[in-house]
Amino acid sequence: MKLPDLTQLALRNLRESVLRNSLTTIGISVGVASLVAMLSLGTGLQQLFSRRLAKSGLFDTVFVSSRRELRGMGREEERAGPTPGESRVLDEPARQEIEHLPNVLEAYPDIRFITELRFEDKPHLTMISALPASAKSNDAFESMQGIFFSSDTAPEVILQKSFAEELLGKTPPLGAPEPNVAELAKPLLGKDLTMLYNQRAAAPAPAPLLQKSEVDNAGSGIVGAAYSVISREQKLKIVGISDLDVESMRGPMRAKVFLPLRLAENLHVMQPADLREISHAASDQPVYASISVRVKNPTQVQAVEDAVKKMGFTAFSILDASRSVQQVFRVLFAFLGIFGSLALTVASIGIVNTLVMAILERRREIGIMKAIGASDGDVKKLFFAEAGAMGILGGIVGVVLGWAIGQIINFGTNLWLKSQSLPTEHFWAVPLWLVFFAIGFAFLVSLISGLYPAGRAARLDPVQALRYE
Amino acid sequence: MTTAPAISAPPGTVAVAIRSEQLCRHYRMGETLIRAVDGVSLEVHAGEFVALLGSSGSGKSSMLNLIAGLDRPTSGTVVVQDRDLAKLSREELAKYRLHVVGMVFQSFNLIPSMTLAENVELPLRFAEVERGRRDSLVREALDRVGLQARKDHRPSELSGGEQQRAALARALINRPQLLLADEPTGNLDSHTGTEIMDLVREFNQQLGMTVVMVTHERALAERYARRMIFLADGKLVDERTNLAAAQDKTQGGAS
Repeated sequence: MKLPDLTQLALRNLRESVLRNSLTTIGISVGVASLVAMLSLGTGLQQLFSRRLAKSGLFDTVFVSSRRELRGMGREEERAGPTPGESRVLDEPARQEIEHLPNVLEAYPDIRFITELRFEDKPHLTMISALPASAKSNDAFESMQGIFFSSDTAPEVILQKSFAEELLGKTPPLGAPEPNVAELAKPLLGKDLTMLYNQRAAAPAPAPLLQKSEVDNAGSGIVGAAYSVISREQKLKIVGISDLDVESMRGPMRAKVFLPLRLAENLHVMQPADLREISHAASDQPVYASISVRVKNPTQVQAVEDAVKKMGFTAFSILDASRSVQQVFRVLFAFLGIFGSLALTVASIGIVNTLVMAILERRREIGIMKAIGASDGDVKKLFFAEAGAMGILGGIVGVVLGWAIGQIINFGTNLWLKSQSLPTEHFWAVPLWLVFFAIGFAFLVSLISGLYPAGRAARLDPVQALRYE
Repeated sequence: MTTAPAISAPPGTVAVAIRSEQLCRHYRMGETLIRAVDGVSLEVHAGEFVALLGSSGSGKSSMLNLIAGLDRPTSGTVVVQDRDLAKLSREELAKYRLHVVGMVFQSFNLIPSMTLAENVELPLRFAEVERGRRDSLVREALDRVGLQARKDHRPSELSGGEQQRAALARALINRPQLLLADEPTGNLDSHTGTEIMDLVREFNQQLGMTVVMVTHERALAERYARRMIFLADGKLVDERTNLAAAQDKTQGGAS
């Protein structure tokens, strides 16, 4: 018999005992729904995690630092690495070279320093970090109050929430609910801050050359003063308050106050790294402690990382760290999948039961079909088609059901999150592959369940079956 | 068909449709061995109308099942249209039933969940006939038995005579050479029974189908069959040629 005929007859037979077959199909859909619910929770959590990483601007970023920077920090592989003489200084030409590597969007120095900020004549010592213009799309500034820097050189500043509290003098006690960013922003936006900082300026006299072997000791102080340090002030306007949590961020984001990158560069602020790189920093050229390299696509991170390493720098990307996290997700996925399949297994026993019952009921019908020329194969295929149809129907209903359950749970959780004044999250995802996988899996399980009943129906002796009333 | 056929006609004169030799079908029922068919040898010629007569338990239905390829002999052979049925595989037997044999039963055996048209169409589905051709074949078959108007009814909505006519339409839809009827009028009143038998005779005479009918009504057999074979306890006990039915042929053909 041909497939259209099989399908037609199978559907007709399913309609004949509609209650029993519906119950069986519902059983399958509940099984599929639990599978879909479990796997979409897994997928959703994984996507949430990846999205967070991608938005944090770290997923497509390679952190580059000079090899000598890491020497003596206890990292085995770094000690085994090239000697300081072979490694390069992370200066402006190096930055430009990295920026011209294929697939690199930009390479910007990580400028970070601790200095004093004055607000309403009160001094506040804090960590300041410079951000490139591209950080605007960063999710850290998604829910910020005010605006992002108007330009890359504007004398403007964005404050981290906890620093804003500090400025206003209302540091909440530990365990108290998080303050509302909007309330903090009102008295601060548009106000001016004064930043006191040390400017590094080129020394008037040529710097004495230090031997390379002495470089490691150079961190102890401003030996030989290759440049002069001048105290300066800079007025800054508060344009934004970020609700970003300092502890959750890494890299350049881990600071309480943010400046536009070009402005920070032009200020030539004294940085801790300058002390260590003193021999090379003799000139006007800045030397960077580290550089962040943004890559066009996360898939190219590894290639860029390798290229940077070849240049003689240390490179690190969050991909290295996320690899082990992916492993964890894979295990979680398998675990959720197994739990989800349990219900489907129970449902498949329902299919066997329904079809065996159907054979008993339709014994005579099978006998008639054989008498008028149906082969064993025809009868077998017919029962297979019925099992398969229940599987596909159950699969489709189950996917919809599973999706709906997910939506309800997501909605409910978000209601709760809102009541706790936490940001809502979309941690539920039913990707297209899961839809097809779930329906296909239900179909497969049904066919396997149909094996025994179909075989039994096919073997039925027509003479006996016709005698049966 | 000028002469009344003998039990073994001289080869070559008339084509043999069915031949059985020492055909046996034994089965066990608990401790006892039942010899449903016990060494029957017979021949049926192409285009013949034969009645198998006997009381219940005489083995006439078992004999019919063996000819129909629904059952396999314990020993002996049954050859239909040059096919030794005992040697066919299950798959080949199914094909044989599909294309060579049309069957009607005492209890009509229509599938209750299907309409008449669908019941008649079912063998075409098994034969994998194209969808487009099926409709016209079904219409033709239903027209022949006069049921076109009731094609969308389910069997339970029809009288016994109508159901048996539908069964006849189903039996001839794949244009088989052989029509096997197992007590076709057993569940019908005499008037309806006559209608059905007239149709069977029409198939025999107009379509040239070889008919083997099992019945326990001698009168019916005498009226329609040209040869009567009597069975008792699984054995062939008597055989008669029926001249009255042979004469009736011309009348039936004219009416």
